Amino acid sequence: MTVVADLDDVTVRYGRIEAVRAVSLDLPAGQRLALIGHNGAGKTTLMKLLLGLIRPTRGHVRVLGDDPAGGRHAAALREVGFLPENVAFHEAMTGGEVLRFYARLKRRPAKECAALLERVGLARAAGRRVRTYSKGMRQRLGLAQALLGEPRLLLLDEPTTGLDPDLRAVFYDILRERARTGGAVLLSSHILTELEERTDRIAVMDRGRLVAAGTLDELRRRAGLPVRLRLRVAPGQAAAVAARLNGLGGSVDGNRVILECRWQDKLEALRRVTALGPEVEDVDIEAPGLAAVYARFTSVGEAP
Amino acid sequence: MRVILVLAAKELRDSFRNRVVVAATVLLAALALALGFLGSAPTGTIGASPLAVTVVSLSSLSIFLLPLIALTIAHDSLVGEIERGTMLLLLTYPVARWQAVAGKFLGHLTVLAIATVVGFGVGGAALAWAAETGIEGWPAFAALVGSSVLLGAAFLAVGYLLSAVAAERATAAGLAVAVWLLFVLIYDAALLGLLAAGEGDLVTPGVFRALLLLNPADTYRLLNLTGFEEVRGFSGLLGVAEQAALAPSLLVAVLAAWVAVPLAAAGLVFSRRMI
Repeated sequence: MTVVADLDDVTVRYGRIEAVRAVSLDLPAGQRLALIGHNGAGKTTLMKLLLGLIRPTRGHVRVLGDDPAGGRHAAALREVGFLPENVAFHEAMTGGEVLRFYARLKRRPAKECAALLERVGLARAAGRRVRTYSKGMRQRLGLAQALLGEPRLLLLDEPTTGLDPDLRAVFYDILRERARTGGAVLLSSHILTELEERTDRIAVMDRGRLVAAGTLDELRRRAGLPVRLRLRVAPGQAAAVAARLNGLGGSVDGNRVILECRWQDKLEALRRVTALGPEVEDVDIEAPGLAAVYARFTSVGEAP
Repeated sequence: MRVILVLAAKELRDSFRNRVVVAATVLLAALALALGFLGSAPTGTIGASPLAVTVVSLSSLSIFLLPLIALTIAHDSLVGEIERGTMLLLLTYPVARWQAVAGKFLGHLTVLAIATVVGFGVGGAALAWAAETGIEGWPAFAALVGSSVLLGAAFLAVGYLLSAVAAERATAAGLAVAVWLLFVLIYDAALLGLLAAGEGDLVTPGVFRALLLLNPADTYRLLNLTGFEEVRGFSGLLGVAEQAALAPSLLVAVLAAWVAVPLAAAGLVFSRRMI
């Protein structure tokens, strides 16, 4: 597995505030990593570090083997695409002109622009001024410029905030495609439900610290949140079933028995349930979602 | 270099699109024509070259106008893009900070050069055609155009420095106005006051020369009013010229330094700025 970019024990201090504290993180090729955390948790700072816009106070940042804030950053930056939160363009230029301007800076041919505009669904609006664009169209243009040159590292800061569901689906399709062809994708988002299915790994930040990183399953396991099994049982059998499943904390709710177990004990619990026979008519499994995992790892309270 | 040219070309195209180029060119042409035709009326046909007379009046007005145009364009160039958010995206591209400054400056300098050369050129050509003048005024007029571009470049560079330093666009605009007032109006008045107060004892010729060179507008004035024989007679600056006794090449070098030093400082400040 090739590591496209990595942070090694990185701390960023602005005056007395530590925006990022001792963060170590790898971004392997072919993987979509979701970065979640409260506003001000350090997600944007992490991206700025990878872009060489700020230097770490302590620790090392490497992008494609180089220090992104170092003298040879230009070569590495040609392989990096970035979509900032609230992306801004030159309003008087048309969408096509904006994209061709950025293509020239990345030394990409103009014909790549036409294909990208097509890909993000802006081909027909390419001749209109950015001033007339809606939020969704600006975001499409932002994604198009980030994709110039098929970057090996793609950074997206809250790319889907404020977009309609169809457009969000388009975005995630494009990200999947980029990862499939060997790019490393790092995106931050507050829309947790859509990240569950559409990213490979999740990193949770809290007040500048990286509190957890891994696949959703790994995080569920580490969070120690229970899986809930809801059984529908034959009428009048609920109490008896609950009694036979002792140790799984069965509680009775009418015709239902609700069990709780650890994530790793889920299969064992299911075996015991299915062994009961026909009294159990149906089973629903409620795995803790990313929202529950997120709440477990992050602290609530005042702004940092 | 390629990056700088891409940025300069974009800046130039923007300036054509938002009519800055047209507006500045028309303004300077109108100024040159008005001063040329009105200014040549009193000289009648005594044989003075109308171009030489125009150089005197035009350079006096350019001192006010060109710094104003340059500062207007320049003060917003860096802080404006930072505030609008376009600078953040630009710097995530393979563009070094100094290249961003150099590219934008080159674009704006081209805008100013086009406006000055075309504007003054149209005025000068019309004047020469109307007066059926000979060759004698042309070198001085060409020098006026060249030094005007240099004056504009110096104030562009100062404007870039303000734009790199200022935290907000409004601050940059305020600083630009202050700089314009200082160099174009207050400085000369203060210098005059100093001369009058000291009756020559306070300010030796050496100090006087140095003080004139510390202001790009005064350096430009000296260059145009004392550089050519046929202009000197009309300028009323004979006394100053003899006192100052500065070679045109030195004056050009000083103006060039007024471009290079503030621009380098702008690059340095901008490199350290948090975006």
